[in-house]
Amino acid sequence: MEMHPYALWVPLAPLFGALVAGLFGQTIGRAGAHWITSLGVAVSLALSWLIFQDVDAGKIYNAAVYTWATSGGISFQVGFLIDKLTVTMMLVVTFVSLMVHIYTIGYMAHDEDNWPTDSLAGKNSYQRFFAYISLFTFSMLMLVMSNNFLQLFFGWEAVGLVSYLLIGFWSSRPTAIYANLKAFLVNRVGDFGFLLGIGLIAAYCGSLNYGDVFALSQKLASTHIELIPGSPWLLVSVVCICLFIGAMGKSAQFPLHVWLPDSMEGPTPISALIHAATMVTAGIFMVSRMSPLFELSDAALSFVIVIGAITAFFMALIAIVQTDIKRVVAYSTLSQLGYMTTALGASAYSAAMFHLATHAFFKAVLFLGAGSVIIAMHHEQDMRRMGGLRKYMPITYLTVLIGALANAGFPPFAGFFSKDSIIEAVHLSTTTGAGFAYALILAGVFVGGFYSFRLVFFAFHGKERFREAPAHEAPGGHDAHGHDAHGHDDHGHHGPVEPKESPWVVTVPLVLLAIPSVIAGWAMIGPALFGNYFGGAIFIAPEHPAIASMKAGFHGAFGMITHGLMTPPFWLALAGAATAWYLYIARPDLPAVIKQKSGVLARILEEKYGFDRFNDWFFAGGARLLGRGLWKGGDQALIDGLAVNGSAKVVGWIASIVRLFQSGYIYQYAFSMIIGVFVLLTLWMNRA
Amino acid sequence: MSGLPLLSLAIWLPIVGGLLVLATGSDRNAGLARPLALVVAVAGFLVTIPLYTGFDNGTSAMQFEELRPWIQRFNINYQLGVDGISVLFILLNSFITPLVVLAGWKVIEEKVAQYMAAFLIMSGLMNGIFSSLDAVLFYVFFEASLIPMYIIIGAWGGPNRVYAAFKFFLYTLLGSLLMLVALIWLFFQSGFSFNLLDWHALRIPLAAQILLFLAFLVAFAVKVPMWPVHTWLPDAHVEAPTGGSVVLAAIMLKLGAYGFLRFSLPIAPDASRELAWLMIALSLTAVVYIGFVALVQADMKKLIAYSSISHMGFVTLGFFIFNSLGVEGALVQMISHGFVSGAMFLCVGVLYDRVHSRQIADYGGVVHTMPKFAAFMVLFAMANSGLPATSGFVGEFMVILGAVQYNFWIGFAAATTLILGAAYTLWMVKRVMFGAVANHHVAELTDINAREFAILGILALCVLGMGLYPLPFTEVMHASVDNLLKHVAVPKL
Repeated sequence: MEMHPYALWVPLAPLFGALVAGLFGQTIGRAGAHWITSLGVAVSLALSWLIFQDVDAGKIYNAAVYTWATSGGISFQVGFLIDKLTVTMMLVVTFVSLMVHIYTIGYMAHDEDNWPTDSLAGKNSYQRFFAYISLFTFSMLMLVMSNNFLQLFFGWEAVGLVSYLLIGFWSSRPTAIYANLKAFLVNRVGDFGFLLGIGLIAAYCGSLNYGDVFALSQKLASTHIELIPGSPWLLVSVVCICLFIGAMGKSAQFPLHVWLPDSMEGPTPISALIHAATMVTAGIFMVSRMSPLFELSDAALSFVIVIGAITAFFMALIAIVQTDIKRVVAYSTLSQLGYMTTALGASAYSAAMFHLATHAFFKAVLFLGAGSVIIAMHHEQDMRRMGGLRKYMPITYLTVLIGALANAGFPPFAGFFSKDSIIEAVHLSTTTGAGFAYALILAGVFVGGFYSFRLVFFAFHGKERFREAPAHEAPGGHDAHGHDAHGHDDHGHHGPVEPKESPWVVTVPLVLLAIPSVIAGWAMIGPALFGNYFGGAIFIAPEHPAIASMKAGFHGAFGMITHGLMTPPFWLALAGAATAWYLYIARPDLPAVIKQKSGVLARILEEKYGFDRFNDWFFAGGARLLGRGLWKGGDQALIDGLAVNGSAKVVGWIASIVRLFQSGYIYQYAFSMIIGVFVLLTLWMNRA
Repeated sequence: MSGLPLLSLAIWLPIVGGLLVLATGSDRNAGLARPLALVVAVAGFLVTIPLYTGFDNGTSAMQFEELRPWIQRFNINYQLGVDGISVLFILLNSFITPLVVLAGWKVIEEKVAQYMAAFLIMSGLMNGIFSSLDAVLFYVFFEASLIPMYIIIGAWGGPNRVYAAFKFFLYTLLGSLLMLVALIWLFFQSGFSFNLLDWHALRIPLAAQILLFLAFLVAFAVKVPMWPVHTWLPDAHVEAPTGGSVVLAAIMLKLGAYGFLRFSLPIAPDASRELAWLMIALSLTAVVYIGFVALVQADMKKLIAYSSISHMGFVTLGFFIFNSLGVEGALVQMISHGFVSGAMFLCVGVLYDRVHSRQIADYGGVVHTMPKFAAFMVLFAMANSGLPATSGFVGEFMVILGAVQYNFWIGFAAATTLILGAAYTLWMVKRVMFGAVANHHVAELTDINAREFAILGILALCVLGMGLYPLPFTEVMHASVDNLLKHVAVPKL
């Protein structure tokens, strides 16, 4: 097995940029930092493209870089596996990352305004931000390029670390540092399962290399373990469910989705890069990579498809009541991740990966577009204070519109092809739970059409509301509760604003990302889904026919569009968009009325089904209560109170001796004593 | 090199050097005591380096052996030697000592020579513990090392230092009395030998093995410390000066764990297997119970102390699941904990020196006034939470893998540390480092100086280096650990 000569430089180039910008940010200055990091990522993108050429020609690279440790007969290695699956991710990651680097030059240009005036941490924040996003790119590349579970876990946690650092980037804001702690801990819950899965693999396969493990997959599928005595489980099912729990954390699947909306506290470029396009799709990638294992477990696939469908539908519903522009996009991301997960459960890994790629483009557009609006609005994120923006910022408007069309799944935009493929695959799937999933994701299409166009109409059309009094002073605003309040930063927001189009460093990446949001679908669907593009990287068991049956009915991208116009998803999306038009353009007075009439339902959605409250009360509160109980009751009352101090009533009289220490020079005697012990013992014992 | 008695040098160079430092006398000569102490400490570290570079990874036999008769009447010898289990701790110990000397450079203004000497002598004594192959020699070093620590807490400690020093002394002394009885019993059983290697080969009936095991358990469990004999540690840490906390956490806690590997497992292997359930239960209690207790601590030092107990739970867990991933993971965890907990205590020391408070509530927004320090603290906090690419991950990962191999549910319970460890560490970091500047004390903080930067920087390199490339650590252990596990697996009733 050989290694591509450029492979190592792909992750190292951004790492180098990150180190230079992070450690010497002060010296190289702002321009130095953004140049070196952007160049690093550009090099990485160029090399990924060169590697893609070779992989496309049929080569697969799989080799170790170095041996990390050895123990228990297992050799833990750091190494790369580069096949179609990997190289696709490499291209997506480096391309979106490069766009985000460029965009950040504009977005963070006045970052000093976001810090308390005398904060030293705010001094080099611009350089530090670039260091972080380059470090993220490195970590993400290590994750996707790994050829083993150890490095996968490394990357997995490293992207989590950078996500933590970036969500809490504006570290003086209570909401930001609440959100980043929450994100890290919820992800750790997922990682807990993930690590147990890795542990089982190590225990039963004696190796963590993908190749070795996949070669033993039949053994995993024929071994039963009794985790609960008397109920034997297929080992491969336990392993896959454990691994998937990790994916649920990273890819924000119900019920571990709670961290993602709050992650919007971070600066918008990272919402696009990390919390939409790349990091959150790591779980999707991981499951696709593990297809040789998941395919052997019907239980795991059913679990996956049900979780995915719940996420896809119920998170979309929350998006329709959000008024913060970033949060709408965040819940939309949750929903789209749900779609990808559902596809995984239907054994349509290639469809999931396809949607991952198209979603990376159009969701990055939506986020960066939202960011462009936020700059123009002087850091206002509440859509109730926007409206009519399209004539002030036409490029942003057009790109966001493209993003919305793709997100809602209208042909011929990219999202249509990938989302429709998923819906079709779930329709054809034989996985238990596929019927339930089909119903939910179909309903989700209507909701998706609605929230996408609600955003467009609310922010860019209709009455210009940005000259009015702040909306959050209006009665009935729902953002009053707790730390969940929206993360606007209110600085520099005094009086009405006059929005204008953002500078070119912002709009150029928007345009460059909007292009694939339009064309990536029809350009890629043929090879990606039906042309054996992924080759041996994805394994589908013969008894899971969804993709194969779809292939029979596929007659090119154009055929798919004409066919798509006659299927329910298209009409559902259209109905959603039309409803949004009716409610936010034709009758803008209606939403308030509906909200009032629907009472409990609206409240449930605004409370996000109560997960945050429950988690705060039960897990965070419960853990503290338990900790205090164990500390006061166990350590202090029982162990110290009864056992130690009880027996040490003696303390009293010995303390009188101990008091000597305070009086002066006893320690010198003590030193002599130690030495004396040796000398005296020796002399005295040997005397006779 | 082979001609030099390296182990004796590692023991006596710091002790003799420490006495020299002590001889500089009163604080008028503090300007001499400090550099002299640093020179001795660095030299003490340098002489241990050949122990690693000259170490033969291929054998489980004792290396660098030294043997001289000491008290011939009782067949007591000055016998030293190291294997793959002990050699790294001598290096770790000798490595930490210069850092501790540096850490006390400015802060300690009274009784400087005595302070420095205490640490140097303690360092030599602890090297003696890790290299003794004679039980009496071991015992003497084991007990003697208590005295400098007792003095450090008692003389340079906080307001409640007398209670803490006494609790520390009482706990550990009472613990080792039972061990002394066990040692004497073994002396007679083995036909008047104090040679540990002779004892390893001794055949002992199960009932006697269990008694022996329990006697050792009391002594070592207190040192580790294992639940429920851990309550001395938070008090000792809170009252100890920063350097004392560092040595206590980085080295002293390892003595107990080392004792399990050198005494309990090889001398009473059948009892070890019989009582493994108990050890695993106590270890998991330490991981989970203490994890929750750490969560609610209001004092940073107490929080890190509890975190230490929880991390040491991983060590004892790793020992008693009897597979190489577990034991080697536990050893790696011990080394890593030396770096990480040492660094965490140094970080608290940096804040304490400036604000004179360890209460979390007295801080907030430190990142705005001490950004360099914040970067270090976040790194060490992440290592404490077991983040991959830091040393904290390696041991935890290996022990969890070993535990899953042994029993899924034990691995399950152990893996909760992923959540608990991150929760208590990062919640503290959030409240101390992040947020708005909390008060004028924080507003007036100055960032770390060159000396502090050097200390934390060296530890940061260790933490990252070991996290990225632990192979040099694990390689040293294989032969000895494999041999130990083979030895434990064979009944010797």
